Amino acid sequence: MKDRTVLEMKNIHKSFPGVRALQGVDFSLCEGEIHALMGENGAGKSTLIKVLTGVYGKDEGQIFIKGSDKAVVIRSPQDAQRLGISTVYQEITLCPNLSVAENMFIGRTAGFGQNWKKMNADADRILKSLDIPATATQQLASCSIAVQQMVAIARAVDMDCKVLILDEPTSSLDEQEVEKLFGLMRDLKARGVGIIFVTHFLDQVYEVCDKITVLRDGKLVGEYEIKDLPRVLLVSKMLGKDLDDMSDIKSAEITYSGADASKAVFETEQLVSDAGIKPFDFHINKGEVNGFTGLLGSGRSECVRAIFGADRVIGGTVKKNGKVVKISKPIDAMRNGIAYLPEDRKIDGIVGDLSVRENIILALQVLKGFFKPFTKAEANKFADEYIKLLGIKTASADTPIKSLSGGNQQKVILARWLLTHPEYLILDEPTRGIDVGTKIDIQKLVLKLASEGMSITFISSETDEMLRTCSRLVVMRDRKVVGELSGDELTQNMIMNTIAGGDKE
Amino acid sequence: MKSKKINFSISNFCSGLVKRQIFIPIAALLLLAVFNLIMDPSFYKIALGYNSEGYPVLTGNLITILDYGSELAILAIGMTLVTAASGGQDISVGAGIAISGSVVLRVLCGTNSRPETLQAPIIVAFLVSCVAAMLFGAFNGTLVAYFKIQPMVATLILFTAGRSIAAWINNNELPIISDPSFAVFGGFIPGIPIPTPFFIAVICMIIMALVLRFTTLGLYTQSVGINESSSRLNGLNPNFIKFLSFVILGLCVAVAGLIKVSRVSSINYSVIAKDIEMDAILAVALGGNALGGGKFNMMASILGAYVIQFLTTTLYKFNVKSDELPAYKAVVVIVLVVLSAPIVREYLSGLGKRLKAKLSVKEVG
Repeated sequence: MKDRTVLEMKNIHKSFPGVRALQGVDFSLCEGEIHALMGENGAGKSTLIKVLTGVYGKDEGQIFIKGSDKAVVIRSPQDAQRLGISTVYQEITLCPNLSVAENMFIGRTAGFGQNWKKMNADADRILKSLDIPATATQQLASCSIAVQQMVAIARAVDMDCKVLILDEPTSSLDEQEVEKLFGLMRDLKARGVGIIFVTHFLDQVYEVCDKITVLRDGKLVGEYEIKDLPRVLLVSKMLGKDLDDMSDIKSAEITYSGADASKAVFETEQLVSDAGIKPFDFHINKGEVNGFTGLLGSGRSECVRAIFGADRVIGGTVKKNGKVVKISKPIDAMRNGIAYLPEDRKIDGIVGDLSVRENIILALQVLKGFFKPFTKAEANKFADEYIKLLGIKTASADTPIKSLSGGNQQKVILARWLLTHPEYLILDEPTRGIDVGTKIDIQKLVLKLASEGMSITFISSETDEMLRTCSRLVVMRDRKVVGELSGDELTQNMIMNTIAGGDKE
Repeated sequence: MKSKKINFSISNFCSGLVKRQIFIPIAALLLLAVFNLIMDPSFYKIALGYNSEGYPVLTGNLITILDYGSELAILAIGMTLVTAASGGQDISVGAGIAISGSVVLRVLCGTNSRPETLQAPIIVAFLVSCVAAMLFGAFNGTLVAYFKIQPMVATLILFTAGRSIAAWINNNELPIISDPSFAVFGGFIPGIPIPTPFFIAVICMIIMALVLRFTTLGLYTQSVGINESSSRLNGLNPNFIKFLSFVILGLCVAVAGLIKVSRVSSINYSVIAKDIEMDAILAVALGGNALGGGKFNMMASILGAYVIQFLTTTLYKFNVKSDELPAYKAVVVIVLVVLSAPIVREYLSGLGKRLKAKLSVKEVG
C-alpha cells in the first residue's frame, strides 16, 4: 500500500441469484482525491459501493484501509462508519419526520444520554459553516429534496470521515446547489478526504474529479487520470462501443405527418390543483413532444400531476379533442388515454415486492377491470414482449422489481404505460439517475413514439436532453407558467433567460 | 460424476423448497407430527363411534384438529387479506363472532329466548348475521381506510365493545335452541362421520380460490399493501381495497360465528371465541406472510391455521391446563416464528451451503 492511498479494494467478487454483479474489480483511492466511479446501469457501481459500506457482504476479495496492514472486515454500515467510510446515497435515506439535527446525529451518540441543546447548537454550527439553508430544529420533511440531500452530506462530513462516498448526490440538485456542493467537495479534498463520486453527469465529472474508474458489466475497464481520458473516449469505454457507433446518438428528426398533425389532443384551461400551482393553460398536439422546464420546485411536476388527476384538482377544465372531460383521479385520466410516469420512481412508480411481470401489467389490468384478470399466459406474453422491446435486464419476469437496477426499474414502469397504448404519455424525469446508454434509448423511443402519432410531454432537469427531444417548451417559474418557446427560440440561452425572467444577460 | 449431478439437483430442490413460503407451515406441521409420533403414537388413533342421535361419527385428536382448525382457517382467509392490504390486523374478530352469533340466535328465537320451534329459517338468520358482521367490518374498514387509524387501534374499539353489543342484542338473556337441525353446522351432518365445520371451511376455501382466480383482488390487495402511492397512480383506489378487505373479513367472521353458536346451540357472551383473534393472526404469521402487509400466500395461511390447532390439541393431550395453555403456546410460537423469519432462513440456507462447500473440500483433499 502506497503512503497516500487511503482505500484499496482488490479482486472483489459479488453475485446475486442470476446475476454476477462484480467480477474481480479493483479500486483504489488516495487522500485528497476526487475519484469518479463511472459505468452504465447494472455495471456494478452501486454494488461496489454497497460492498464497501457493508450493506452487502462480498463473495471474494480484500479491502484495505489506511492505518491497518491487514484486510478489514466490513459487515455492516456501522463497521464502515467506524473505519471512516461515510456515504450519501442517491435516494435520501434520512428520516423525514425527525428534525434536521436529529437526522444529523442519529445513531452517532454513545449510550442513551442525549444533550439536546448541544446537539442542536452543533447542528446549527455545521449547517452554517456549510451554508445550508435549514435550521436544526426544523422537521426534515419540510425542507426541499435538495436541502435534505445537503443535510445528508453534512451528516457524512461531520462524521470525520477518511472516505466519503457520494452516490448520485447531484441528481436532484439544481445548478447553484451543485456548485455549492462542489465547493464543499473541494474544501474536503484540501483537508485530505478521499471522495468517491458516482454520477451520470459527464460535465460534473470533468469539472471536479481527478481520476476516473470505469466499470462495465461487473468488470473493471480501467482507471484513468482525468486529463488522459477525453469525454468521447469515456463514453465509449462505458458503453463498450467504438467511437463510430456513437454517431447514431444524434437521431435524425422524424415527425408525425398525419392529417391531424397540428390538432390539439389535450388542452387545459385555467387548471389548478391543491399542490400550490397557479392556474395554467396548456395544450398538446397530436404527435408532438413538448416539455415543462424550470428550476427545481418551479411547479413542473405539479402541472402534469394536475392533468393526470394525481393531485386534487380544485379548478379549471381539461379538454380532450375539444370536449371537456372530467378527470378527478388517475383512473379517469387513464380511461381518457393519458399515461403518467412519475418523477419519484421509488415512491410513486414501482411496487417493490411484486414481480416484473405484475409491475408491467398493473396499469392495463386496472383499466381492464376487477373481474377480468389476465391469464398467466397473457401476462407472460406482455411481459416477455416488453422485456425484449425495451431491453430490460432481469433474471426473469418473476424477479421482484426491487432487485433490478434503477434504470431497468424505470424501463419496467415505462413498459407498464406503453402497454396501455396511451394517446398522451407524460414522462416526468424519465432519465433521472439513469446511465447514458439508457438515456439515449429512452430519448430515441420518445421521438419514435411521437412520429407514430403519440403525444408526449417530456420533463427533465437536463436542458440539453429537452432540447434534443422537445419541439416546444413551457417555461415555469415560481409555480407559474412564464413563457413558451418553440422553433428557433429553443436554445440554452433563451431558456435560461426565460427562467431568470426577462432580458437579463 | 453422475451421482454428483443428482446430488446437486437434490440440494437445489431442497434449497428451492426452503425458500418457498409454504415451507414454513409444512415444516412446523411435520415437526409437531413427528413429536407426537415419538411421544405417543396413540395420538393418531381415530375411532368410529355413534353420537347421541345414533349417527356414526369419527372421534380422535386428528378429527378435533380438523373440526376446530376449520373455524380458524375461515378467519385466517379474511385476516390474510386484511393484513396484506392494510399492513395491520383486526383484533376484533372474537368480539365479532360474539355479535354475529348473537344475531343468529336472536333471529332464530324471535321474542322468546327458549322457543320450542325455530322462529325463522336458519338461512335467514345466517344472512342477517352476515349483514351485521359485514357492517361491523365496514366500520373497522372505514376507520382504517378513510380515517387512517392504525388497524390495531381502530379494531380495539369493537374488541372492547363487541361482547357488550352481543349481550345487548339478546337483552342479556341466554337463548337456547332446542331444534337439532341447528346443531348440524358445528357438529355432524346425519350419516356423515366427518365434522361439518371442515366442509364449511372447504367451501370457503373454494370460494376464495375462485375469487382470487377470477378477479384481480389478489394483485390489487398486494399492490396496495406494498406501495399505496404508486397503486393510486395506477388507477387503483387504495382506500376502497382496504375497506373491502375488512368487509370480506366480516363475512368470514359471520361464518365462524354460525359454527361457534351451532356447537353449543347457545351463547356465552364473554367466553365465545375468546382470544381467537390471536390464533387467527398467528396463523397468518405462521404462514410466512409479512404482518406489515404486501405479498401473501392464502394456502400458507390456511395451513398455518390448522398447525395452530394441531399445537393446541397437542398441548391439551399432554394435560396442559387451559389457563396454562397460552404460556406453552407462546414458547412454541416464538420458536416457529423466529425460525420462519427471512433473516434466519437466509442464514440457515447459507449455513447449508457452507457445510456442503466444506465437505466437498474435504473430499478433494
